[in-house]
Amino acid sequence: MKLEQNRIYIKDIQFGDVTAVNNGILTVNKEEMINFLKEDPKVKDVKLDIARPGEKTRIIPVKDVIEPRVKISGGKGFSGVTQTTTQLGDGIVNILYGAAIVTVGDIVGFQEGVVDMWGEGAKYTPFSKTFNLVVDIEPAEGLEPHMHETTVRMAGLKAAEFVGEAGRDAKIDETLTYDIGNIDEETKKYPNLPKVLYVEMLISQGLLHDGYIYGVNSQLILPTLLHPNEEIDGAVISGNCVAACDKITTYQHQNNSAILDLYAEHGKTINFIGVIITPELTTLQGKFRSCDYTAKLCKTLGANGVIVSEEGYGNPDSDLLMICKRLETAGIKTVLITDECSGWDGASQPLADTTPEAVAVVSGGNVSHVVTMGPADKVIGNDKAIATLSGGWEGCLEADGSLKCELNAVIGATSEIGFHYCTAREY
Amino acid sequence: MATITTISESVGANRIVPTVAIPYPVGNPNLNTADEYNLRKDMVGRALKGLATEIEETTQF
Amino acid sequence: MYKILYYVNQFFGQIGGEDKAGIEPEFHQKSIGPAMGFGVQVKGQAEVIGTLICGDNYFNENREAALEYIMNVIKEQKPDMVVAGPAFNAGRYGMACAGVTVAVQEQLGLPVLTGMYEENPGVDACKTKVYVVKTGNSAAAMKDALPVMGKLALKLLKGEEIGKPAEEGYLPQGRRLTVIADERGSKRAVDMLVARLYDKPFETELPMPVFDRVTPAAAIKDLSKATIALVTTGGIVPHGNPDRIQSASAQKWGKYDVSKIDELKGDYYTIHGGYDPVYANEKPDRVAPLDLLKEYEKEGVIGKVFEYFYTTTGTGTAVGNSIKFGTEIGKELKEAGVDGVILTST
Repeated sequence: MKLEQNRIYIKDIQFGDVTAVNNGILTVNKEEMINFLKEDPKVKDVKLDIARPGEKTRIIPVKDVIEPRVKISGGKGFSGVTQTTTQLGDGIVNILYGAAIVTVGDIVGFQEGVVDMWGEGAKYTPFSKTFNLVVDIEPAEGLEPHMHETTVRMAGLKAAEFVGEAGRDAKIDETLTYDIGNIDEETKKYPNLPKVLYVEMLISQGLLHDGYIYGVNSQLILPTLLHPNEEIDGAVISGNCVAACDKITTYQHQNNSAILDLYAEHGKTINFIGVIITPELTTLQGKFRSCDYTAKLCKTLGANGVIVSEEGYGNPDSDLLMICKRLETAGIKTVLITDECSGWDGASQPLADTTPEAVAVVSGGNVSHVVTMGPADKVIGNDKAIATLSGGWEGCLEADGSLKCELNAVIGATSEIGFHYCTAREY
Repeated sequence: MATITTISESVGANRIVPTVAIPYPVGNPNLNTADEYNLRKDMVGRALKGLATEIEETTQF
Repeated sequence: MYKILYYVNQFFGQIGGEDKAGIEPEFHQKSIGPAMGFGVQVKGQAEVIGTLICGDNYFNENREAALEYIMNVIKEQKPDMVVAGPAFNAGRYGMACAGVTVAVQEQLGLPVLTGMYEENPGVDACKTKVYVVKTGNSAAAMKDALPVMGKLALKLLKGEEIGKPAEEGYLPQGRRLTVIADERGSKRAVDMLVARLYDKPFETELPMPVFDRVTPAAAIKDLSKATIALVTTGGIVPHGNPDRIQSASAQKWGKYDVSKIDELKGDYYTIHGGYDPVYANEKPDRVAPLDLLKEYEKEGVIGKVFEYFYTTTGTGTAVGNSIKFGTEIGKELKEAGVDGVILTST
């Protein structure tokens, strides 16, 4: 598959008469965009706001982050979700690089999070560095929770496509080409390089705990093989799942750092042969099946090395380690990416499960690491939501507006696809 | 009573009853009322039996 | 100039050997034994203002009295820091160094430092709380230990960032702290995998945890006379979550009177942030089966369901907190004469 990503560098977002990009400034016609999103009768109201890097702005409760893009050729947007189903991974896509759609709004569960654009909080979230168009979605009254979540998720994806259209004819600043042929071709090209697969685990556990591949809920799949290009072309989206710190937002799927960093080594030190998506299920038999099936795919494809990334913590630790055990036992060298739940003091066991085969593990940091983030000049959304979010507690919003909470509540802080920079070290 | 008994064993639980699924360990909303009741009654019964059984090592009931 | 107060035992205090191990603590306004060598290491920036000497047997057998004297001296002398040892592999000396440093840090909030051989029993008594410089197993290692202790002491006095154990020379404290790395996680993972594939050295960032084992409790002899309590980590609480139990990373637990109800359905819901709550909210007994325990009580299979139901949230909750909750709940249940517990997890 060959995918050309055209980047249009975005240096600011402003509201204006047209939705367009000029000289790196993205302007958005507020009214048009709101009307477009309100075409869905389940959306009662939409508010738009802008948060720029360095501004003393706090966004909460954040559900998803999405990169605005437009597909020029080779399939359509979020195939199988907002668009009819087409094959993704080939062709040309224009990207408003540096911009992001951030969805907030009435809380669905406890998994939403915080993005601070400045100061201490900004260090812990990758989305303090993007120009964020914040879409605050108020769903119609009386929606049951699953429908509420679906409505908000779809509105965010549609918003990203609406804005992404502005990139269709904009001036392109940079083009990146992602080109990996079939396994046979690549192995002929690089006969001496070890074959490497990336296993991406997705939480697949119900309301606010699902991922989607071409619109298919990951709960319903057997582990499945993707070409790396498919995911970075929008085939995988977030179901707003699990704690904010280690949920994989749609933006992080579109820019999956594990895929991109493996791509960078392809043809140099490794032969990157594909991505396996594995569901983290809620039953023990389901876990056994997914783990066996994943290991089988890796063995069948002749992998020499595998990187496995987790989503969430607790019960998925068990899936992660079972996959590791099966791969190492089969002689496949395995590196895991996870995060830790070692308590406020960092003194507790970091994982819920253990296995001696897990000898090479990358840590995204301790989800219970407590950070204090100063008062914001402007809050987009509702900062009182922190009391009920994972990582917050009653009273953690202080009288002066500063926020003391665990990294749990900070979007992308302990990313288990290795999207961010946190780690934990033993002292 | 736990679903992911691999974790229960790793962390050193002694008497374990395997349950249905993480969001509904002692239940199953996919069953009709009578079937769910029978399943639940049986599981809790096994847990009580476990409490009344001498064991030397980790045991599933 | 920072002021340091030094603690040694009877041997290093040059009073005598084992025959003097029973001496009571005493204070001298000068540097004695290792305090002199230590003073050289921090020269120009800090000075040792005095030496406390106590017999190892006396300290371990009269801990309260010894600590009372020592703390009083420290309060009078007002040092900026207290340094004890190094104790090498001397067990009773190590326990005394641990006792002094932990007490000073906890009660007076002063920085403290000690040094020991890694197998000294004193290490386990204090390493999670204070810095223990890693030393050899005998006094022959003094000349190597003091420069390391001096350097670390100055950093602690100045409030400088303390590096990793291997860099600074102290024993790992078992605390995993979150820091920002130079490369993103995925790049570190790719580098680690490439190292493995080419048989190059690599270092895991997360050594696998080890969990405790406990001996199984004896079986309940007669269930029909037994009181059974229900406990869950599934976050099932009364509507409104009156105790504000967290949706993840719980810092507390709650207990609620269930003696007057036959099921949790109706009055309870889940605040757990780690699973789809729809099915538990329909019927919380699917997570904590109070309804069936009550039935087994009515049928006479069990004697009684304990009047309180105990609950917390399991997701992201540190094992340290879980141990604390378990110990506290277990104590209450034991004192209330509960014979067995059904513990459900999600």
